[in-house]
Amino acid sequence: MNTSDKYEAVIGLEVHAQLTTKTKAYSSDENIYGATPNTKTCPITLGHPGTLPVSNSKVIEYAVKMGIAVGSQIRERNEYARKNYFYADLPKGYQITQDTTPICNGGFIEIKGEDGKEKQIEITRIHMEEDAGKSIHDLDPFHTLVDLNRAGVPLIEIVSEPEIRSSGEAYQYVLEVRKLVRYIGICDGNMEEGSLRCDANISVRLKGAEKFGIKVEVKNMNSISNVKKAIEYEIERQIELIENGGEVVHETRSFNAANGGTISMRHKEEANDYRFFPEPDLQPVIVTQEYIEKIRKTLTLLPKQLYIKFTNKFGLSDYDSIILIEEKEIALYFLEITKHTKNYKTAANIVNGAIKAHLNEFVKHISEFSISAIRIAELIQLIDDGKVSNSVATSKVFTQMLQSDLSAEEIAKNNNWIQDSDTDSLSEFVKQVIAKYPEKVEEYKSGKKGLIGLFMGEVMKLSRGKADPKLANQLVRAELEK
Amino acid sequence: MEVNNKLIQDIAKLSKLKFEDSAANKMKEDLNKILAFVDKLNEIDTEGVAPLIYMSKEVNVLRADEITEETSQKDALKNAPQKDSDYFKVPTVLKK
Repeated sequence: MNTSDKYEAVIGLEVHAQLTTKTKAYSSDENIYGATPNTKTCPITLGHPGTLPVSNSKVIEYAVKMGIAVGSQIRERNEYARKNYFYADLPKGYQITQDTTPICNGGFIEIKGEDGKEKQIEITRIHMEEDAGKSIHDLDPFHTLVDLNRAGVPLIEIVSEPEIRSSGEAYQYVLEVRKLVRYIGICDGNMEEGSLRCDANISVRLKGAEKFGIKVEVKNMNSISNVKKAIEYEIERQIELIENGGEVVHETRSFNAANGGTISMRHKEEANDYRFFPEPDLQPVIVTQEYIEKIRKTLTLLPKQLYIKFTNKFGLSDYDSIILIEEKEIALYFLEITKHTKNYKTAANIVNGAIKAHLNEFVKHISEFSISAIRIAELIQLIDDGKVSNSVATSKVFTQMLQSDLSAEEIAKNNNWIQDSDTDSLSEFVKQVIAKYPEKVEEYKSGKKGLIGLFMGEVMKLSRGKADPKLANQLVRAELEK
Repeated sequence: MEVNNKLIQDIAKLSKLKFEDSAANKMKEDLNKILAFVDKLNEIDTEGVAPLIYMSKEVNVLRADEITEETSQKDALKNAPQKDSDYFKVPTVLKK
């Protein structure tokens, strides 16, 4: 047995999602990524004396949306707290957050566990807080440079219970959280730009042990695949340490994307004492049941709801449905097609096949895709009517539709791709072929069924490739078995 | 509550301040005096009285998500003791 098989990892994740509001959390200066440094601030953001924060109503709305999406209990009376620490990118000297009254408790994110079965990861809490500014350490050798555009940008922090057991589960969890925030439109989920960030609390213990091991917090994983890599590395590092008689130290480590390892940032025993206390500058926020219900009614497009619709109502496979809901805009595009066709399976195949392949090849987003959903529905109709085969539709006709506004049918006609479904003319071809190869017919009849390919090929040749292959196949078989 | 040397050093560290021994002693005396004064409040029986956090009873003091504050980069950086054309400059934070 591999030594690492004796151990089990215990992982809890803290995901910070920057909310896509127009303005900051507690001041009305602009919330925007990538602006010239220090051009998106105001006296509140800059922490000038005598300024007073005011809560952005949109932040409450977005936090409630997330709570509903994961099935949390939403708190009625919300208060804010100050988390005090001294750092150059936090001009006030404290972060406004929620301490004892997070807006959401409970709920879960559903993932596929290591055994392939569905697994629910419980959410401990979701609370509202503000981001800090950005410190730049590598532009000036003697100074740290500070950009306060990001200071005060609204965040929600989503904290999971330590129920994640592997890097693969952590990967899926973050993927699901990202999918959700994008679906409900509260965060763009861009980990590279830092609008979605993830910290992991990782410990290991012997399988079957009740007590948790000593945990290490890993930060700075700026992509979902790095979350996976960092956790894998950290699990191995901890197991090796313990196997060699050492002890895991309670500390914060930083992921190093260059070598895939983690390095110690600071020991927890010297950690900050945040001296939380209630924020007296912001009045409490009351979230009523009425308000929650109003928001709930706007959330009609959650991935889970779509999955159920696709599998139950449309009869699509689990696999097709999961791929369709991966991205909200793709799912919406598919839904648009289904307004114009009842052939859901073919619609799913075209979206997950030809369309996705095209988008991948040209690194395009579905919003830049040139063929309207209704034209795709027309293409499906052409297949359903037996006018073109599936393969001609999704390769030849589809490719021309990308560059033309003509309908699928017009394109097929102009190119002479409409297949021959006329039984009379096809029967004529079949008879000619049978007459041409009497010996092969005998061989077929004596058991060499593979020869059907030869007859089909000849029929297709005579029809110059336009014979409906399904119909031709039927006719050839019928004739041979006479 | 007694302010001792250790507490002074701990608070100083959290605030990124440094005190020489004599200054720390003076700070300790001052803080103890302030705490003694505040301790007077403990003479009042507050059993069953909820802590007062807010100066008004209002709730849901919210604003619409609209941009109404715009401070120019020049104004933002105006009071900074150290800056360059784009950034606030502070002593190097990360030790290499």
